[in-house]
Amino acid sequence: MSTSPELAGTPSPAELAEKYGLSKSSGRPELSDYLKELWGRRQFIVSYARARVYAAYAGARLGALWQVLTPLLNAAVYYLVFGLMLNAARNIENYTAFLISGIFVFTFTQRSVMEGTRSISANMSLIRTLHFPRATLPFAYVMNELSQLGISMGILAILVAVTEGVSWSWLLVFPALLLQTMFNIGLTLVCARLGAFYGDIAQVMPFVLRTWLYVSGVFFSIPAALADKPGWITQLIALNPAAAYIDIVRRAMLSSHDTHELPNAWWIAVAWALIALIGGFVYFWRAEDRYGRG
Amino acid sequence: MAETNPAVNPADTPAATPAGTAAPETAPEAVEKVPTVIADEVHIVYKVMAGSGGKGTAASALSRLVRRQERPTLREVHAVRGVSITAYKGDAIGLIGRNGSGKSTLLKAIAGLLPPASGSVYTSGRPSLLGVNAALMQDLTGDRNVVLGCLAMGMTPEEIEQKYDEIVDFAGVDEFIDLPMRTYSSGMAARLRFAIGSARTHDILLIDEALATGDADFRAKSEKKIKDLRDEAGTVFLVSHSLDVVTDTCNRAIWLDKGSLKMDGEAKEVVDAYLTESTRKK
Repeated sequence: MSTSPELAGTPSPAELAEKYGLSKSSGRPELSDYLKELWGRRQFIVSYARARVYAAYAGARLGALWQVLTPLLNAAVYYLVFGLMLNAARNIENYTAFLISGIFVFTFTQRSVMEGTRSISANMSLIRTLHFPRATLPFAYVMNELSQLGISMGILAILVAVTEGVSWSWLLVFPALLLQTMFNIGLTLVCARLGAFYGDIAQVMPFVLRTWLYVSGVFFSIPAALADKPGWITQLIALNPAAAYIDIVRRAMLSSHDTHELPNAWWIAVAWALIALIGGFVYFWRAEDRYGRG
Repeated sequence: MAETNPAVNPADTPAATPAGTAAPETAPEAVEKVPTVIADEVHIVYKVMAGSGGKGTAASALSRLVRRQERPTLREVHAVRGVSITAYKGDAIGLIGRNGSGKSTLLKAIAGLLPPASGSVYTSGRPSLLGVNAALMQDLTGDRNVVLGCLAMGMTPEEIEQKYDEIVDFAGVDEFIDLPMRTYSSGMAARLRFAIGSARTHDILLIDEALATGDADFRAKSEKKIKDLRDEAGTVFLVSHSLDVVTDTCNRAIWLDKGSLKMDGEAKEVVDAYLTESTRKK
């Protein structure tokens, strides 16, 4: 650090800052500190997520009942179109449960990503008035969707209990959903950063998600559809993370799913969860000091 | 970004601010002045979409894309131009200037909420803006908003439990606390927001005007509360149009004009100069 001779007694601002231990106010904290801060804000995350759910249904007469009705209505429409009209249900036992489990699991990822993409840009006023680790916002949205999924899973459980009966393998749903939550958090963080700086992403997202929906084996069985194609094509499609998560939940809940299992689903699920969570976090954190900019 | 700046820093040798740069070898004053906020050649630029400027149709957008033109309506607003300030522990600094001179923007940059385009702001600890409006939700009840607002400010659930009654009492909204905030009158809402925002102490406190809302009784209460917070805090920045508040509560004032630092010195001096300038133009 240099000081010009005539001002030897007057340190520059940066030197003064260093001398008294001042740090940059908009600087990015170290990743470990960032994670600690995020953990320290967990009650805010939960509280904010709950508040948003409450606010979302505040104007509706049926209120929070829609949390249950919305997935059910979605499932009914898809059943009508794919189950009855297009007859994708051939050779799939218990098509209703097959379809509904796929929809609920995919909706979790779909809504997390869709909401998460706008999470930063929609909360600019909050970001510009309060200091908190910005990852709090995508986190809160994913937690919101997770609680919604919990309710949907309850409905699915009732349905399967009635049609097939309860089974110990149901316990595998918990690790399955844990892995999917990890994946969703990572993916949402990436999309939140992209959405914060490139407004057009929010416009493109619905189309990307819809395409993804159709290739994830929600309405039809992927192995059955590709039965007469070379095996490696099925292996390739099985790398789709959404397909993997849907598959492991179906394996857990539906005893009749054996014939339509995707290869290596659990391994793929674990790998995607780790890659997404770690990669997504680092990617989001690297831009932490820039989110306030318009 | 100018990290080392050997040239003269205007803030270190202003008209009347005591030059408190610590030189341990000569210490004529008994108390060494500790800097808590240092702004170094801060520039802040907003990118805004202006209103008119050609047709906003898809056809015109496509032709612009083909001809590789930037959106004509995208404009850069240079809100803060090269401001450098050094604030010390114990200072209460008023930021004055005309509307749009960059005071609130500078405050947000000091708080670390708006990153500067160039230059840096160094602070000891975390400065906080007094004001928690953005975290509150109209559909929630008052008591849920108190909890949410306090959590947003970083208080722990135990602290919130302790302070809850105090906050509700201060705001005077006891009977309405379980009703959604959208049903509050604007005065009640403002009082509750202020009560929540002033619930915790801050090392570096940044206050952006609009304190003078509410009836006379509440104004008196809030001004007293600000004084208390000021005494507890190390350093206070206050943006205000009410110049007597500035001369009453601040020891130092900074005059911003169109984003540049015009004067930095004793509160009374700067306010007088500002008043002279403003009234002279008319």
